[in-house]
Amino acid sequence: MPYSLSNHPHHHDHQPAHGHSDVPSDPALRTKALESLLTEKGLVDPAAIDAWVEAYEKKIGPRRGAQVVARAWVDPNFKGRLLRDATGAIETLGFLGREAQHIVVVENTPAIHNLVVCTLCSCYPWGLLGLPPRWYKAAPYRARAVIDPRGVLAEFGLALGDEVEVRVWDSTAELRYLVLPERPGGTEHLSEAELAALVTRDAMIGVAKAGALREGRA
Amino acid sequence: MNQPEAKPCADAALQPIRRVEGEPLFAEPWEAQALALAVALQQAGCFTAVEWADALGVAIKRAQAGGDPDDGSSYYLHVLDALERLVQEKKIASADLLAAKKAAWVDAYEHTPHGKPVELR
Repeated sequence: MPYSLSNHPHHHDHQPAHGHSDVPSDPALRTKALESLLTEKGLVDPAAIDAWVEAYEKKIGPRRGAQVVARAWVDPNFKGRLLRDATGAIETLGFLGREAQHIVVVENTPAIHNLVVCTLCSCYPWGLLGLPPRWYKAAPYRARAVIDPRGVLAEFGLALGDEVEVRVWDSTAELRYLVLPERPGGTEHLSEAELAALVTRDAMIGVAKAGALREGRA
Repeated sequence: MNQPEAKPCADAALQPIRRVEGEPLFAEPWEAQALALAVALQQAGCFTAVEWADALGVAIKRAQAGGDPDDGSSYYLHVLDALERLVQEKKIASADLLAAKKAAWVDAYEHTPHGKPVELR
């Protein structure tokens, strides 16, 4: 009920009859209506829509971000540039492409822990991390990351000492933050690729440390 | 520097953060398509990323005011709402046109025998 087109004076009741194709849900129909209208106007290409969906469902995940972090851990020059001009540094790895967004990288240290949120909606560095998990887009995280970041971190299993300063960064459409986690101790012998495997999505949002989890949680 | 101000919804501040392992990105195909349309319209220059984030933020606040739990499960309904409103604000299509196109799709489904591809007539 709440999802029919607002301000629309007509009402269409779609009781399914027998024998015909099942009528999709209201939001699915609204999406089809938009897609067909926008296609007719030449504003979107259905093949490009399908390709975008397939890329985000199957290809683009947090691995690109993990490669950026691992490179920064092994290459001080790259790290320096990453902290000064993240977008430019990341472009040298070829990761941003058409969905280039202005990225800012914030570095965790023994004294500073950074946490990223979008209080407004869901701004997030898609090109580096894929699409955000559901909890990132939900009100509890959006609200609590700002007013109780230590409580949020504890809920994610990350207890920080009082001596550690927690900085919260609010992503926007123009400015998207990525956390550069601390390189875990005892990893001096690892290759760049092995290091990248220690970097989870959650570590780059700032709700975990690198190496603390083997795989990013959904 | 972009340090946020605390201005959150009071109820949300009391809720635990609910995480589900292995959750699919999209619960239904339309969710992916709606988001892809929003990206495509930005790339086509119909609106900016800032306009999109603002419209999405407004859609979320409006849904919250209407009792939406805003727990992430309704996120793509907010995306769709923001998309429809921006399309109208930018004079790309009117509400009537969107509704007529939706009705045409319903008609197509109701008049296509089961198993045949559904196409607009």
